[in-house]
Amino acid sequence: MAESLPSPLRLLVRQVGYQNRKFRRVPVAAFFTLAFPLIFLLLFGTIYGDGEIFARGHLMKFTQFYAPGLAVFTAVSATYTNIGISTAIDRDEGILRRVRSTPLPRWVYLGGVVTSGVSIALVGALIMLFVGIGLYGVEVNVGGLPAAATTFLVGTGSFAMLGLALAALAPSGQSSPALANATILPVAFVSDVFIPIGDAPGWLRFIGNVLPLKPFVEAFSNAFDPFQAGSMWDLTLLVRIGAWGMFGALVAAWRFRWDPSVGSAGRRRRGPLVRRSQSIS
Amino acid sequence: MDGLSFHVEPGEVFALLGPNGAGKSTTVEILEGHRTRDVGTVEVLGCDPELASAAFRDRVGIVLQEVGIERELTVREVVAHYGACYSRCRPVDEVLELVGLDGLGDRRTHQLSGGQKRRIDLALGLIGDPELLFLDEPTTGFDPSARRQAWEMVDGLRTLGTTIVLTSHYMDEVQALADRVLVIAGGRAVAEGTPDELRGSMVRGTSIRTRFPVGAEGTVEGLLGGLSGRARVLGGRLEVRTEEPTADLHRLTTWALDRGLELEDLEVVRPTLEDVYLGLLDDYPESVEDGVAHIGPSDG
Repeated sequence: MAESLPSPLRLLVRQVGYQNRKFRRVPVAAFFTLAFPLIFLLLFGTIYGDGEIFARGHLMKFTQFYAPGLAVFTAVSATYTNIGISTAIDRDEGILRRVRSTPLPRWVYLGGVVTSGVSIALVGALIMLFVGIGLYGVEVNVGGLPAAATTFLVGTGSFAMLGLALAALAPSGQSSPALANATILPVAFVSDVFIPIGDAPGWLRFIGNVLPLKPFVEAFSNAFDPFQAGSMWDLTLLVRIGAWGMFGALVAAWRFRWDPSVGSAGRRRRGPLVRRSQSIS
Repeated sequence: MDGLSFHVEPGEVFALLGPNGAGKSTTVEILEGHRTRDVGTVEVLGCDPELASAAFRDRVGIVLQEVGIERELTVREVVAHYGACYSRCRPVDEVLELVGLDGLGDRRTHQLSGGQKRRIDLALGLIGDPELLFLDEPTTGFDPSARRQAWEMVDGLRTLGTTIVLTSHYMDEVQALADRVLVIAGGRAVAEGTPDELRGSMVRGTSIRTRFPVGAEGTVEGLLGGLSGRARVLGGRLEVRTEEPTADLHRLTTWALDRGLELEDLEVVRPTLEDVYLGLLDDYPESVEDGVAHIGPSDG
Protein backbone atom coordinates (compact mmCIF):
# COMPACT_ATOMS: atom_id res chain seq x y z
CA MET A 1 0.00 0.00 0.00
CA ALA A 2 1.46 3.31 -1.05
CA GLU A 3 -0.47 5.42 1.43
CA SER A 4 -0.17 4.84 5.14
CA LEU A 5 -2.74 5.30 7.85
CA PRO A 6 -2.91 8.78 9.38
CA SER A 7 -0.85 9.19 12.54
CA PRO A 8 -2.75 8.42 15.77
CA LEU A 9 -1.84 11.80 17.21
CA ARG A 10 -3.42 13.63 14.30
CA LEU A 11 -6.50 11.44 14.62
CA LEU A 12 -6.67 12.15 18.35
CA VAL A 13 -6.59 15.91 17.75
CA ARG A 14 -9.35 15.53 15.16
CA GLN A 15 -11.39 13.35 17.50
CA VAL A 16 -11.16 15.92 20.31
CA GLY A 17 -12.36 18.64 17.94
CA TYR A 18 -15.19 16.41 16.75
CA GLN A 19 -16.36 15.61 20.28
CA ASN A 20 -16.16 19.27 21.28
CA ARG A 21 -18.21 20.25 18.27
CA LYS A 22 -20.82 17.65 19.17
CA PHE A 23 -20.99 19.13 22.66
CA ARG A 24 -21.40 22.67 21.37
CA ARG A 25 -24.25 21.63 19.10
CA VAL A 26 -26.40 20.46 22.02
CA PRO A 27 -27.25 23.66 23.92
CA VAL A 28 -29.09 21.79 26.68
CA ALA A 29 -26.01 19.77 27.57
CA ALA A 30 -23.85 22.89 27.45
CA PHE A 31 -26.33 24.68 29.71
CA PHE A 32 -26.46 21.97 32.34
CA THR A 33 -22.73 21.49 32.36
CA LEU A 34 -21.49 25.06 32.22
CA ALA A 35 -24.33 27.40 33.21
CA PHE A 36 -26.13 25.39 35.87
CA PRO A 37 -23.30 25.41 38.47
CA LEU A 38 -22.65 29.05 37.63
CA ILE A 39 -26.24 29.87 38.55
CA PHE A 40 -25.55 28.32 41.98
CA LEU A 41 -22.60 30.66 42.49
CA LEU A 42 -24.64 33.68 41.41
CA LEU A 43 -27.49 32.62 43.72
CA PHE A 44 -25.24 32.05 46.73
CA GLY A 45 -23.39 35.27 46.00
CA THR A 46 -26.65 37.23 45.72
CA ILE A 47 -28.33 35.65 48.74
CA TYR A 48 -25.41 35.76 51.16
CA GLY A 49 -23.53 38.78 49.80
CA ASP A 50 -20.53 39.44 52.04
CA GLY A 51 -21.77 36.95 54.66
CA GLU A 52 -19.35 34.43 56.10
CA ILE A 53 -19.42 30.70 56.55
CA PHE A 54 -17.38 28.35 58.73
CA ALA A 55 -15.60 25.96 56.43
CA ARG A 56 -12.28 24.11 56.41
CA GLY A 57 -11.52 25.36 59.89
CA HIS A 58 -11.98 29.05 59.20
CA LEU A 59 -14.62 31.70 58.80
CA MET A 60 -14.56 32.76 55.18
CA LYS A 61 -16.78 34.52 52.65
CA PHE A 62 -19.52 32.32 51.20
CA THR A 63 -18.28 32.84 47.66
CA GLN A 64 -14.69 32.11 48.69
CA PHE A 65 -15.95 28.69 49.81
CA TYR A 66 -18.30 28.06 46.89
CA ALA A 67 -16.33 29.25 43.83
CA PRO A 68 -13.58 26.57 43.86
CA GLY A 69 -15.97 23.80 44.94
CA LEU A 70 -18.44 24.66 42.19
CA ALA A 71 -15.56 24.89 39.69
CA VAL A 72 -14.70 21.30 40.59
CA PHE A 73 -18.37 20.34 40.38
CA THR A 74 -18.52 21.81 36.87
CA ALA A 75 -15.43 19.85 35.93
CA VAL A 76 -16.98 16.65 37.24
CA SER A 77 -20.19 17.34 35.28
CA ALA A 78 -18.15 17.81 32.11
CA THR A 79 -16.26 14.56 32.64
CA TYR A 80 -18.05 11.97 34.74
CA THR A 81 -21.66 12.97 33.97
CA ASN A 82 -21.26 14.01 30.34
CA ILE A 83 -18.95 11.23 29.27
CA GLY A 84 -21.00 8.61 31.10
CA ILE A 85 -24.30 9.71 29.57
CA SER A 86 -23.17 10.55 26.05
CA THR A 87 -21.06 7.42 25.64
CA ALA A 88 -23.92 5.17 26.78
CA ILE A 89 -26.30 6.94 24.38
CA ASP A 90 -23.79 6.77 21.53
CA ARG A 91 -23.46 3.07 22.15
CA ASP A 92 -27.23 2.55 22.02
CA GLU A 93 -27.48 4.53 18.81
CA GLY A 94 -24.82 2.36 17.24
CA ILE A 95 -22.29 5.16 16.87
CA LEU A 96 -19.66 3.18 18.78
CA ARG A 97 -20.35 0.24 16.51
CA ARG A 98 -19.79 2.43 13.49
CA VAL A 99 -16.52 3.70 14.97
CA ARG A 100 -15.41 0.09 15.32
CA SER A 101 -16.02 -0.41 11.59
CA THR A 102 -13.41 2.19 10.73
CA PRO A 103 -9.63 1.99 11.07
CA LEU A 104 -9.78 4.53 13.92
CA PRO A 105 -8.00 2.83 16.86
CA ARG A 106 -10.33 2.35 19.83
CA TRP A 107 -7.94 4.08 22.23
CA VAL A 108 -7.89 7.13 19.95
CA TYR A 109 -11.66 7.30 20.05
CA LEU A 110 -11.82 6.94 23.83
CA GLY A 111 -8.85 9.27 24.21
CA GLY A 112 -10.74 11.86 22.17
CA VAL A 113 -13.81 11.49 24.39
CA VAL A 114 -11.74 11.87 27.56
CA THR A 115 -9.63 14.77 26.30
CA SER A 116 -12.70 16.58 25.03
CA GLY A 117 -14.35 16.15 28.44
CA VAL A 118 -11.26 17.48 30.21
CA SER A 119 -11.07 20.50 27.89
CA ILE A 120 -14.74 21.33 28.44
CA ALA A 121 -14.14 20.92 32.19
CA LEU A 122 -11.29 23.42 31.96
CA VAL A 123 -13.44 25.99 30.18
CA GLY A 124 -16.25 25.56 32.73
CA ALA A 125 -13.94 25.79 35.75
CA LEU A 126 -12.20 28.88 34.39
CA ILE A 127 -15.51 30.63 33.77
CA MET A 128 -16.55 29.81 37.34
CA LEU A 129 -13.30 31.09 38.83
CA PHE A 130 -13.21 34.26 36.75
CA VAL A 131 -16.79 35.09 37.70
CA GLY A 132 -15.93 34.41 41.35
CA ILE A 133 -12.82 36.56 41.24
CA GLY A 134 -14.32 39.33 39.12
CA LEU A 135 -17.76 39.55 40.71
CA TYR A 136 -17.18 38.51 44.33
CA GLY A 137 -13.51 39.21 44.92
CA VAL A 138 -12.58 35.58 45.52
CA GLU A 139 -8.94 35.52 46.70
CA VAL A 140 -6.31 33.38 45.00
CA ASN A 141 -3.21 31.94 46.62
CA VAL A 142 -1.01 32.26 43.56
CA GLY A 143 1.67 29.96 44.96
CA GLY A 144 -0.87 27.15 45.09
CA LEU A 145 -1.86 27.36 41.43
CA PRO A 146 0.58 24.74 40.07
CA ALA A 147 -0.71 22.26 42.63
CA ALA A 148 -4.29 23.23 41.77
CA ALA A 149 -3.63 22.76 38.05
CA THR A 150 -2.10 19.33 38.69
CA THR A 151 -5.04 18.42 40.89
CA PHE A 152 -7.37 19.54 38.14
CA LEU A 153 -5.70 17.28 35.57
CA VAL A 154 -5.60 14.26 37.88
CA GLY A 155 -9.16 14.92 39.01
CA THR A 156 -10.76 15.44 35.61
CA GLY A 157 -8.79 12.52 34.15
CA SER A 158 -9.97 10.28 36.98
CA PHE A 159 -13.59 11.37 36.73
CA ALA A 160 -13.44 10.87 32.97
CA MET A 161 -12.39 7.26 33.65
CA LEU A 162 -15.27 6.93 36.11
CA GLY A 163 -17.53 8.30 33.36
CA LEU A 164 -16.38 5.54 31.02
CA ALA A 165 -17.01 3.05 33.82
CA LEU A 166 -20.51 4.48 34.24
CA ALA A 167 -21.14 4.08 30.50
CA ALA A 168 -19.81 0.52 30.70
CA LEU A 169 -22.14 -0.38 33.57
CA ALA A 170 -25.27 1.51 32.43
CA PRO A 171 -27.69 -1.03 31.00
CA SER A 172 -28.90 1.47 28.39
CA GLY A 173 -28.42 5.03 27.22
CA GLN A 174 -31.84 5.90 28.60
CA SER A 175 -30.91 4.89 32.13
CA SER A 176 -27.54 6.62 32.09
CA PRO A 177 -28.67 10.16 33.10
CA ALA A 178 -30.49 8.78 36.15
CA LEU A 179 -27.46 6.70 37.11
CA ALA A 180 -25.09 9.63 36.66
CA ASN A 181 -27.17 12.04 38.73
CA ALA A 182 -28.10 9.50 41.39
CA THR A 183 -24.41 8.86 41.98
CA ILE A 184 -22.88 12.33 41.72
CA LEU A 185 -25.46 14.57 43.45
CA PRO A 186 -25.53 12.83 46.87
CA VAL A 187 -21.75 12.60 46.73
CA ALA A 188 -21.53 16.34 46.08
CA PHE A 189 -23.49 17.00 49.29
CA VAL A 190 -20.89 15.23 51.42
CA SER A 191 -17.94 16.69 49.52
CA ASP A 192 -17.88 20.40 50.46
CA VAL A 193 -19.56 21.42 47.20
CA PHE A 194 -22.99 22.70 48.21
CA ILE A 195 -22.54 22.81 51.99
CA PRO A 196 -19.49 22.57 54.28
CA ILE A 197 -19.30 19.04 55.61
CA GLY A 198 -17.26 20.04 58.66
CA ASP A 199 -20.07 19.83 61.24
CA ALA A 200 -21.66 16.65 59.89
CA PRO A 201 -21.57 13.38 61.85
CA GLY A 202 -18.30 11.49 61.61
CA TRP A 203 -19.63 8.62 59.51
CA LEU A 204 -20.93 11.06 56.88
CA ARG A 205 -17.57 12.83 56.75
CA PHE A 206 -15.93 9.42 56.47
CA ILE A 207 -18.05 8.60 53.41
CA GLY A 208 -17.09 11.92 51.86
CA ASN A 209 -13.42 11.27 52.51
CA VAL A 210 -13.49 7.78 51.03
CA LEU A 211 -15.14 8.96 47.79
CA PRO A 212 -13.11 10.84 45.15
CA LEU A 213 -14.97 14.16 44.97
CA LYS A 214 -14.04 15.50 48.43
CA PRO A 215 -10.28 15.04 47.93
CA PHE A 216 -10.63 16.73 44.52
CA VAL A 217 -12.47 19.72 46.03
CA GLU A 218 -10.07 19.89 48.97
CA ALA A 219 -6.86 19.74 46.95
CA PHE A 220 -8.17 22.22 44.41
CA SER A 221 -9.57 24.65 47.00
CA ASN A 222 -6.19 24.84 48.72
CA ALA A 223 -5.14 27.35 46.10
CA PHE A 224 -8.14 29.49 47.07
CA ASP A 225 -7.67 29.41 50.81
CA PRO A 226 -7.00 32.97 52.03
CA PHE A 227 -5.45 31.60 55.24
CA GLN A 228 -2.79 29.62 53.43
CA ALA A 229 0.31 30.53 51.50
CA GLY A 230 2.85 28.37 49.76
CA SER A 231 2.63 25.69 47.11
CA MET A 232 0.08 23.50 48.92
CA TRP A 233 1.08 20.16 47.39
CA ASP A 234 -0.82 17.29 48.96
CA LEU A 235 0.22 14.01 47.39
CA THR A 236 -2.05 11.94 49.61
CA LEU A 237 -5.11 13.65 48.17
CA LEU A 238 -3.81 13.21 44.62
CA VAL A 239 -3.21 9.51 45.19
CA ARG A 240 -6.70 9.09 46.61
CA ILE A 241 -8.23 10.75 43.54
CA GLY A 242 -5.97 8.87 41.16
CA ALA A 243 -6.82 5.54 42.78
CA TRP A 244 -10.48 6.11 41.95
CA GLY A 245 -9.45 6.97 38.40
CA MET A 246 -7.56 3.68 38.15
CA PHE A 247 -10.58 1.88 39.53
CA GLY A 248 -12.77 3.54 36.88
CA ALA A 249 -10.34 2.59 34.13
CA LEU A 250 -10.30 -1.03 35.30
CA VAL A 251 -14.10 -1.24 35.41
CA ALA A 252 -14.27 0.33 31.93
CA ALA A 253 -11.65 -2.07 30.58
CA TRP A 254 -13.53 -4.97 32.11
CA ARG A 255 -17.08 -4.14 31.06
CA PHE A 256 -16.94 -1.64 28.19
CA ARG A 257 -19.14 -2.65 25.23
CA TRP A 258 -19.08 -1.23 21.73
CA ASP A 259 -22.29 -2.85 20.55
CA PRO A 260 -25.77 -1.59 21.42
CA SER A 261 -27.50 -3.41 24.24
CA VAL A 262 -30.04 -5.92 22.98
CA GLY A 263 -33.46 -4.38 22.40
CA SER A 264 -32.22 -0.80 22.55
CA ALA A 265 -33.57 1.83 20.21
CA GLY A 266 -30.56 1.79 17.92
CA ARG A 267 -30.99 -1.81 17.03
CA ARG A 268 -34.68 -2.51 17.05
CA ARG A 269 -35.54 -5.86 15.64
CA ARG A 270 -37.69 -5.83 12.65
CA GLY A 271 -40.56 -8.26 12.63
CA PRO A 272 -39.93 -11.68 11.17
CA LEU A 273 -40.57 -12.29 7.50
CA VAL A 274 -44.30 -12.41 7.04
CA ARG A 275 -44.74 -16.02 6.22
CA ARG A 276 -47.21 -15.79 3.45
CA SER A 277 -47.90 -19.47 3.16
CA GLN A 278 -48.71 -22.48 5.20
CA SER A 279 -47.84 -25.81 3.79
CA ILE A 280 -50.76 -28.18 4.02
CA SER A 281 -49.37 -31.01 1.97
CA MET B 1 -24.56 -21.15 10.96
CA ASP B 2 -23.87 -24.67 9.90
CA GLY B 3 -21.56 -25.90 7.15
CA LEU B 4 -21.64 -22.62 5.27
CA SER B 5 -18.82 -22.30 2.76
CA PHE B 6 -18.28 -19.80 -0.03
CA HIS B 7 -15.67 -17.85 -1.91
CA VAL B 8 -15.95 -14.37 -3.38
CA GLU B 9 -13.82 -13.28 -6.34
CA PRO B 10 -12.28 -9.80 -6.53
CA GLY B 11 -14.55 -7.38 -8.39
CA GLU B 12 -17.56 -9.60 -7.92
CA VAL B 13 -20.95 -8.62 -6.52
CA PHE B 14 -21.88 -11.49 -4.23
CA ALA B 15 -25.26 -11.71 -2.54
CA LEU B 16 -26.44 -13.59 0.51
CA LEU B 17 -30.17 -14.08 0.10
CA GLY B 18 -32.49 -15.34 2.78
CA PRO B 19 -35.34 -14.42 5.10
CA ASN B 20 -34.86 -12.54 8.36
CA GLY B 21 -33.31 -14.88 10.88
CA ALA B 22 -31.65 -16.98 8.19
CA GLY B 23 -28.21 -15.96 9.35
CA LYS B 24 -27.25 -13.39 6.70
CA SER B 25 -26.32 -10.66 9.12
CA THR B 26 -24.54 -13.13 11.36
CA THR B 27 -22.47 -14.28 8.41
CA VAL B 28 -21.65 -10.74 7.34
CA GLU B 29 -20.84 -9.68 10.90
CA ILE B 30 -18.37 -12.54 11.15
CA LEU B 31 -16.78 -11.44 7.85
CA GLU B 32 -16.63 -7.84 9.08
CA GLY B 33 -15.00 -8.83 12.35
CA HIS B 34 -17.98 -7.61 14.40
CA ARG B 35 -18.80 -11.07 15.69
CA THR B 36 -16.62 -13.99 16.67
CA ARG B 37 -17.24 -17.39 15.14
CA ASP B 38 -17.47 -20.55 17.21
CA VAL B 39 -15.76 -22.76 14.67
CA GLY B 40 -14.52 -22.62 11.10
CA THR B 41 -12.10 -20.66 8.99
CA VAL B 42 -12.66 -17.19 7.62
CA GLU B 43 -10.29 -15.23 5.45
CA VAL B 44 -11.13 -11.77 4.14
CA LEU B 45 -8.54 -9.97 1.97
CA GLY B 46 -5.96 -12.41 3.32
CA CYS B 47 -6.72 -11.48 6.95
CA ASP B 48 -8.66 -13.09 9.72
CA PRO B 49 -11.34 -10.46 10.39
CA GLU B 50 -11.50 -11.42 14.06
CA LEU B 51 -8.12 -9.74 14.51
CA ALA B 52 -9.65 -6.63 12.88
CA SER B 53 -6.44 -4.65 12.56
CA ALA B 54 -6.55 -1.04 11.46
CA ALA B 55 -4.87 -2.07 8.21
CA PHE B 56 -7.74 -4.50 7.54
CA ARG B 57 -10.40 -1.93 8.42
CA ASP B 58 -8.64 0.52 6.10
CA ARG B 59 -9.36 -1.70 3.08
CA VAL B 60 -12.94 -2.60 3.96
CA GLY B 61 -16.08 -0.48 3.80
CA ILE B 62 -19.00 -1.52 5.95
CA VAL B 63 -22.59 -0.42 5.57
CA LEU B 64 -24.15 -1.72 8.73
CA GLN B 65 -27.80 -2.17 9.54
CA GLU B 66 -29.35 0.32 11.93
CA VAL B 67 -26.36 2.19 13.23
CA GLY B 68 -26.67 5.77 14.35
CA ILE B 69 -25.18 8.94 13.00
CA GLU B 70 -24.20 11.92 15.10
CA ARG B 71 -27.45 13.89 14.96
CA GLU B 72 -26.00 17.28 15.71
CA LEU B 73 -23.45 17.37 12.92
CA THR B 74 -23.84 18.05 9.23
CA VAL B 75 -23.60 15.39 6.57
CA ARG B 76 -20.29 16.79 5.34
CA GLU B 77 -18.81 16.98 8.85
CA VAL B 78 -19.64 13.35 9.58
CA VAL B 79 -18.40 12.02 6.24
CA ALA B 80 -15.21 14.11 6.36
CA HIS B 81 -14.50 13.06 9.94
CA TYR B 82 -14.78 9.34 9.35
CA GLY B 83 -12.96 9.72 6.04
CA ALA B 84 -9.95 11.17 7.81
CA CYS B 85 -9.39 7.80 9.52
CA TYR B 86 -8.52 6.11 6.21
CA SER B 87 -5.28 6.15 4.29
CA ARG B 88 -7.08 6.74 1.00
CA CYS B 89 -9.88 9.15 1.75
CA ARG B 90 -12.02 9.94 -1.28
CA PRO B 91 -12.99 13.60 -1.81
CA VAL B 92 -16.09 14.20 0.32
CA ASP B 93 -18.07 16.00 -2.39
CA GLU B 94 -17.36 13.22 -4.86
CA VAL B 95 -18.73 10.61 -2.45
CA LEU B 96 -21.79 12.72 -1.60
CA GLU B 97 -22.52 13.00 -5.30
CA LEU B 98 -21.99 9.27 -5.79
CA VAL B 99 -24.64 8.43 -3.19
CA GLY B 100 -27.00 11.21 -4.28
CA LEU B 101 -26.52 13.50 -1.32
CA ASP B 102 -25.03 16.40 -3.25
CA GLY B 103 -26.63 19.61 -2.11
CA LEU B 104 -27.42 18.15 1.32
CA GLY B 105 -23.87 18.32 2.71
CA ASP B 106 -24.61 21.21 5.05
CA ARG B 107 -27.79 19.70 6.52
CA ARG B 108 -27.75 18.34 10.06
CA THR B 109 -28.11 14.58 9.80
CA HIS B 110 -31.26 14.47 11.93
CA GLN B 111 -33.05 16.62 9.34
CA LEU B 112 -32.74 13.90 6.71
CA SER B 113 -35.28 11.24 5.83
CA GLY B 114 -34.70 7.56 6.53
CA GLY B 115 -33.65 6.88 2.96
CA GLN B 116 -31.24 9.83 2.97
CA LYS B 117 -29.69 8.58 6.22
CA ARG B 118 -29.16 5.23 4.58
CA ARG B 119 -27.21 7.11 1.90
CA ILE B 120 -24.98 8.58 4.59
CA ASP B 121 -24.33 5.00 5.72
CA LEU B 122 -23.34 4.19 2.17
CA ALA B 123 -21.20 7.33 1.90
CA LEU B 124 -19.40 6.30 5.10
CA GLY B 125 -18.85 2.84 3.65
CA LEU B 126 -17.31 4.33 0.52
CA ILE B 127 -15.32 7.27 1.86
CA GLY B 128 -12.19 5.18 2.51
CA ASP B 129 -12.08 3.91 -1.09
CA PRO B 130 -12.52 0.27 0.00
CA GLU B 131 -11.42 -2.78 -1.97
CA LEU B 132 -14.29 -4.68 -0.40
CA LEU B 133 -17.67 -3.28 0.55
CA PHE B 134 -20.21 -4.99 2.80
CA LEU B 135 -23.80 -3.92 2.25
CA ASP B 136 -26.10 -5.33 4.91
CA GLU B 137 -29.64 -5.01 3.57
CA PRO B 138 -28.95 -1.76 1.78
CA THR B 139 -32.55 -1.03 0.73
CA THR B 140 -34.68 -2.39 3.59
CA GLY B 141 -37.27 0.25 4.37
CA PHE B 142 -36.88 2.06 1.03
CA ASP B 143 -39.81 2.96 -1.16
CA PRO B 144 -39.70 1.46 -4.67
CA SER B 145 -38.15 4.49 -6.36
CA ALA B 146 -35.47 4.85 -3.68
CA ARG B 147 -34.66 1.16 -4.11
CA ARG B 148 -34.30 1.64 -7.83
CA GLN B 149 -31.91 4.56 -7.23
CA ALA B 150 -29.90 2.55 -4.74
CA TRP B 151 -29.55 -0.25 -7.23
CA GLU B 152 -28.21 2.17 -9.81
CA MET B 153 -25.73 3.39 -7.22
CA VAL B 154 -24.49 -0.13 -6.45
CA ASP B 155 -24.28 -0.81 -10.15
CA GLY B 156 -22.10 2.30 -10.44
CA LEU B 157 -19.77 0.89 -7.77
CA ARG B 158 -19.35 -2.27 -9.77
CA THR B 159 -17.81 -0.22 -12.55
CA LEU B 160 -15.32 1.20 -10.02
CA GLY B 161 -14.11 -2.35 -9.49
CA THR B 162 -15.17 -2.62 -5.86
CA THR B 163 -15.87 -6.13 -4.61
CA ILE B 164 -19.28 -6.14 -2.95
CA VAL B 165 -20.84 -8.58 -0.53
CA LEU B 166 -24.48 -7.74 0.02
CA THR B 167 -27.31 -9.28 1.96
CA SER B 168 -30.92 -9.02 1.02
CA HIS B 169 -34.23 -10.68 1.50
CA TYR B 170 -35.52 -9.47 -1.83
CA MET B 171 -35.10 -11.82 -4.76
CA ASP B 172 -35.58 -9.00 -7.27
CA GLU B 173 -32.79 -6.98 -5.65
CA VAL B 174 -30.40 -9.86 -5.92
CA GLN B 175 -31.41 -10.49 -9.52
CA ALA B 176 -30.75 -6.86 -10.35
CA LEU B 177 -27.39 -6.56 -8.61
CA ALA B 178 -25.58 -9.78 -7.95
CA ASP B 179 -23.15 -11.72 -10.10
CA ARG B 180 -23.53 -14.68 -7.80
CA VAL B 181 -26.05 -15.60 -5.11
CA LEU B 182 -25.97 -17.83 -2.08
CA VAL B 183 -29.42 -18.60 -0.71
CA ILE B 184 -29.39 -19.37 2.99
CA ALA B 185 -32.15 -20.44 5.32
CA GLY B 186 -31.91 -21.61 8.89
CA GLY B 187 -28.17 -21.02 8.94
CA ARG B 188 -27.55 -23.38 6.03
CA ALA B 189 -26.75 -22.91 2.37
CA VAL B 190 -29.78 -23.85 0.28
CA ALA B 191 -28.64 -22.95 -3.23
CA GLU B 192 -25.77 -21.18 -4.92
CA GLY B 193 -25.16 -19.84 -8.42
CA THR B 194 -25.69 -16.93 -10.74
CA PRO B 195 -29.25 -15.54 -10.78
CA ASP B 196 -29.75 -17.22 -14.16
CA GLU B 197 -28.49 -20.55 -12.89
CA LEU B 198 -30.81 -20.30 -9.93
CA ARG B 199 -33.68 -19.63 -12.24
CA GLY B 200 -32.71 -22.60 -14.39
CA SER B 201 -32.32 -25.02 -11.52
CA MET B 202 -35.09 -23.78 -9.30
CA VAL B 203 -37.93 -22.74 -11.57
CA ARG B 204 -39.50 -26.01 -12.51
CA GLY B 205 -43.04 -27.13 -13.05
CA THR B 206 -46.20 -25.16 -13.38
CA SER B 207 -48.40 -23.40 -10.86
CA ILE B 208 -52.15 -23.87 -10.81
CA ARG B 209 -53.77 -21.19 -8.69
CA THR B 210 -57.29 -20.43 -7.68
CA ARG B 211 -59.22 -18.66 -4.99
CA PHE B 212 -59.95 -21.29 -2.35
CA PRO B 213 -63.65 -22.20 -2.64
CA VAL B 214 -65.78 -21.14 0.32
CA GLY B 215 -67.12 -24.05 2.34
CA ALA B 216 -64.73 -26.58 0.86
CA GLU B 217 -62.43 -26.93 3.85
CA GLY B 218 -63.87 -30.25 4.99
CA THR B 219 -63.39 -32.05 1.70
CA VAL B 220 -60.06 -30.69 0.64
CA GLU B 221 -57.87 -33.43 2.14
CA GLY B 222 -59.21 -36.01 -0.26
CA LEU B 223 -58.42 -33.77 -3.21
CA LEU B 224 -54.92 -32.93 -2.08
CA GLY B 225 -54.06 -36.58 -1.54
CA GLY B 226 -54.98 -37.29 -5.14
CA LEU B 227 -52.82 -34.60 -6.71
CA SER B 228 -49.37 -35.39 -8.07
CA GLY B 229 -48.07 -31.89 -7.32
CA ARG B 230 -47.55 -30.06 -4.06
CA ALA B 231 -50.38 -27.90 -2.83
CA ARG B 232 -50.55 -25.13 -0.30
CA VAL B 233 -52.95 -22.43 0.76
CA LEU B 234 -51.62 -18.92 0.32
CA GLY B 235 -53.80 -16.29 1.97
CA GLY B 236 -57.14 -17.77 0.92
CA ARG B 237 -55.75 -19.02 -2.37
CA LEU B 238 -54.89 -22.54 -3.34
CA GLU B 239 -51.69 -23.11 -5.23
CA VAL B 240 -50.56 -26.40 -6.74
CA ARG B 241 -46.99 -26.72 -7.96
CA THR B 242 -46.93 -29.66 -10.34
CA GLU B 243 -44.97 -31.43 -13.04
CA GLU B 244 -48.23 -32.81 -14.44
CA PRO B 245 -50.38 -29.76 -14.99
CA THR B 246 -52.91 -31.43 -17.28
CA ALA B 247 -53.72 -34.28 -14.91
CA ASP B 248 -53.76 -32.13 -11.77
CA LEU B 249 -55.92 -29.47 -13.41
CA HIS B 250 -58.34 -32.21 -14.39
CA ARG B 251 -58.44 -33.60 -10.83
CA LEU B 252 -58.99 -30.14 -9.43
CA THR B 253 -61.80 -29.18 -11.77
CA THR B 254 -63.47 -32.60 -11.38
CA TRP B 255 -63.37 -32.17 -7.60
CA ALA B 256 -64.95 -28.73 -7.91
CA LEU B 257 -67.63 -29.79 -10.41
CA ASP B 258 -68.62 -32.79 -8.25
CA ARG B 259 -69.32 -30.40 -5.38
CA GLY B 260 -70.81 -27.60 -7.43
CA LEU B 261 -67.99 -25.24 -6.48
CA GLU B 262 -66.71 -22.39 -8.66
CA LEU B 263 -62.91 -22.02 -8.92
CA GLU B 264 -62.68 -18.27 -9.11
CA ASP B 265 -59.58 -16.61 -10.57
CA LEU B 266 -58.31 -19.93 -11.82
CA GLU B 267 -54.96 -19.60 -13.59
CA VAL B 268 -52.17 -21.81 -14.81
CA VAL B 269 -48.78 -20.05 -14.74
CA ARG B 270 -45.08 -20.62 -14.74
CA PRO B 271 -43.75 -19.62 -11.31
CA THR B 272 -41.44 -16.63 -10.92
CA LEU B 273 -38.09 -16.84 -9.21
CA GLU B 274 -39.68 -15.07 -6.23
CA ASP B 275 -42.28 -17.86 -5.96
CA VAL B 276 -39.57 -20.47 -6.11
CA TYR B 277 -37.57 -18.66 -3.45
CA LEU B 278 -40.56 -18.54 -1.13
CA GLY B 279 -41.29 -22.19 -1.85
CA LEU B 280 -37.71 -23.03 -1.06
CA LEU B 281 -38.02 -21.36 2.33
CA ASP B 282 -41.10 -23.44 3.07
CA ASP B 283 -38.87 -26.49 3.02
CA TYR B 284 -37.00 -25.04 6.00
CA PRO B 285 -39.65 -23.93 8.44
CA GLU B 286 -38.16 -25.68 11.45
CA SER B 287 -34.59 -24.90 10.62
CA VAL B 288 -35.52 -21.24 10.27
CA GLU B 289 -36.84 -21.29 13.84
CA ASP B 290 -33.69 -23.09 14.95
CA GLY B 291 -31.58 -20.48 13.26
CA VAL B 292 -33.28 -17.66 15.14
CA ALA B 293 -32.80 -19.46 18.42
CA HIS B 294 -29.13 -20.08 17.89
CA ILE B 295 -28.25 -16.79 16.34
CA GLY B 296 -29.69 -14.89 19.24
CA PRO B 297 -31.81 -11.81 19.58
CA SER B 298 -29.30 -9.34 18.21
CA ASP B 299 -29.55 -10.76 14.70
CA GLY B 300 -31.36 -8.42 12.35
